[in-house]
Amino acid sequence: MKELTIGGRTMRSRLFVGTGKFASDEIMARAVEATGSGLVTVALKRIDLRNDDDGMLRALRIPGVELLPNTSGVRNAEEAVFAARLAREALGTDFIKLEIHPDQRYLMPDAVETLKACEELARDGFVVMPYIHADPVLCKRLEDAGAACVMPLGAPIGSNKGLATAEFLRIIIEQSNVPVVVDAGIGTPSQAAAAMEMGADAVLVNTAIAVAKDPVAMGRAFAMAVEAGRTAYEAGTAPVNERASATSPLTAFLND
Amino acid sequence: MTFYDYKQKWDWDKMTAFIEGATPADVERVLAKGVNVGPEDFAVLVSPASGYLEEMARMSAEATRRRFGRTMQIYTPLYISNFCTNHCIYCGFNCKNNIGRVTLTQEQIAEEARAIQSGGHPFKHILLVTGESPKHAGVDYMAESIDTVSRYFEQTSIEVQPLDEADYARLIEHGLHTVCVYQETYNEKRYPLYHPAGRKRDYRYRLETPDRMGAAGIYKVGVGNLIGLENWRTDAFFTALHIHYIQNRYWRTKCSISFPRLRPFVGEGFQPNYPTTERDLLQLITAYRLLSEDLEISLSTRESPRFRDNVVELGVTTMSAGSKTAPGGYSDWDKNKELEQFSVNDDRPVDKVVEAIRAHDFEVVWKDWDLSLNRNTFEAYGHKAL
Repeated sequence: MKELTIGGRTMRSRLFVGTGKFASDEIMARAVEATGSGLVTVALKRIDLRNDDDGMLRALRIPGVELLPNTSGVRNAEEAVFAARLAREALGTDFIKLEIHPDQRYLMPDAVETLKACEELARDGFVVMPYIHADPVLCKRLEDAGAACVMPLGAPIGSNKGLATAEFLRIIIEQSNVPVVVDAGIGTPSQAAAAMEMGADAVLVNTAIAVAKDPVAMGRAFAMAVEAGRTAYEAGTAPVNERASATSPLTAFLND
Repeated sequence: MTFYDYKQKWDWDKMTAFIEGATPADVERVLAKGVNVGPEDFAVLVSPASGYLEEMARMSAEATRRRFGRTMQIYTPLYISNFCTNHCIYCGFNCKNNIGRVTLTQEQIAEEARAIQSGGHPFKHILLVTGESPKHAGVDYMAESIDTVSRYFEQTSIEVQPLDEADYARLIEHGLHTVCVYQETYNEKRYPLYHPAGRKRDYRYRLETPDRMGAAGIYKVGVGNLIGLENWRTDAFFTALHIHYIQNRYWRTKCSISFPRLRPFVGEGFQPNYPTTERDLLQLITAYRLLSEDLEISLSTRESPRFRDNVVELGVTTMSAGSKTAPGGYSDWDKNKELEQFSVNDDRPVDKVVEAIRAHDFEVVWKDWDLSLNRNTFEAYGHKAL
C-alpha cells in the first residue's frame, strides 16, 4: 500500500479511530491496538487536562499511537480556535480534528463556522482536519484555507448507516488535492472497504467498534477491511461490464 | 410565539381520551417506525395498551447503545439553600413547613464540594439546587456559587426558581451549563390547585422558562413533570411535546428528561392522585427514548437500587449517586439531615452505585464537559496558564 501522509506525518494505518462510547478505558485501549491505527481522536471535554494521571490519556499511551484531539462541544469558530490552542498546549500536538456541530441532535457540522476556524488555525500552524458535510465545494474552500485533509461524513455520527453520501464522496475524492478521510456513519467493515475502494485515503471509525459485542475483534475486522479496500483500489478494480459486445449493428456499415 | 402559544393546539381532555383509547394495533404501527417518532406517536407509546414493554425496552436499549455507547454519566446534587416562598402542597420545602432554613455561605459550598470529591470520587458534574426564594438565593448568589463550584467541577447545572433571559445569559458567563425546570403539571386548569400562592403560581411564566433559556443560549435544558400529580400519561405527552418544541426551535440546546415521581406513603402528607409503578416508569423511559434518540435520560436516587441497577442498559444516560438532599448534607449529614427535601431511595455509597453500573460492562463517565468550552469562564477562572 502507498503511504499516507498528513501534515508531514506518515500514517501507519489508513484507519483512524475514535475513543468514545467504550465500556471501559481498558477495552478501548485494547480495541485501538487491535485496529493497528496510528491516529486516535479524543474529545477535549472527556479528558481532564488538570489531572496528570487522567485515565483515558493513560490508557492511550500506546507505542506508535498519536493523539488527535477534537473540539467536540464547541458551538462556533471562536470557541473552536480557543479549544484547539488549549489542546496544543496541553497535549503537545499540532494536530486538531476540527468539529463544530452546534446541532445537538444529529451533530451536523456547521460549514460556515468550520471554514472560519480552519482559516485561523491553519494560519496559526495547526494541522487542521475538519469534520464536514460531504460538500464538494466546501472541501475546495477548506483546501484553499489550508486544511491538511478533509473529513466528509458518510452518514450522521453514530448512525452506522454507511456511505449515504456516496455520490458526493465520489466527487470530493475525484477533485481533492488533500487526503480525503471519510468520517462518521461507517457501521460495518464492508462499508469501510467500500469507502477505500472508492478511493478515500482513510476512514475514521468509532461507534461501530465501541458498541460491537466484541470491540477488539471488530477493531481487527476493520483493520483488515481497510487494508483490503485500499489494496483493491491500488490494484485497479476490474470494471463492471454490463454491455454485450457481440455485434455492432449500428456501425457495421462502416466496415463494408 | 412561545411554547405557551404552541401548546394551545392540544387540549388536555382530548389528549387524555386519545391516549386512553389507543389500541394494540396503534402501538404496533408506531413501533414499526423505529426511533425518533413524533409527540403524537409518543402518546400511543405511553397509553395503557399493554404487552409491548419488552419490545420497547429492546428498541430503547439498542438506540441508546448506538447513540451513547456503553457509558453512564454520573453527577451529584448540591443543595445550597432551602428557603422557599412557594406553597407547593406536595413539597418538603413548602414555605409553611416548619423546618430549619439555611443558605450556605461560599465557604460552606466549597466545603461541600470538597466533601463530594473526597474518598477519590472524581465528580466533575454538579447540580446546584435551591428552594425558590430570590431574597435568600437570588441571581447574585447563584453567580457567586457557580464561581465557587467551578474551582472543583467542570459542568455546573442549576435547579432553582425560573429566571429571566438576561439572568441566564449572565450565569452562562460564569460557567453555567444546564438548567432544570420542571413544570410539575402541564394541566393549566389544575396547576393552581397545587401551587396556591407564591411566584410559582404563574403557570405561564414557568412554562415559558425553556424559551428564555434557549434564547439565552443555555447548553442543556432539563424538563420533566412531577409524576403522580395528574394523569401521568397525559402529562408525559405534553412533556414530550415540550421536548420536541425545544429541540426544533432551540437547536443548539440539548434536552434532558428527569422523572421526579410521587409515591404513596404512610401517614400524613401529600398522596399522589395518580400513583405509578416501576413498570409505568420503565414504560416512560423507553417511550422517551423512542421519541428521541439523542434525548438525555436522567434517573435520580429517588428510585430504588434494584430498579436503577436493572435499567442501566434500557435507555438511561445519566444517574446521580451518593445524593444528599439537605444543605450541608455532605460535610455534616447528622447535623443537617432534618433539612432535607425528600429522602432518597437509593442511599448506597457512590462506590456501590459505580460498581453496579460497571457490572453491566459500562464505563462511568465523570467528565463530559470542559470549562474551556466556555471561553469567558475559562479565562475568568485563571486556567489560561496550563
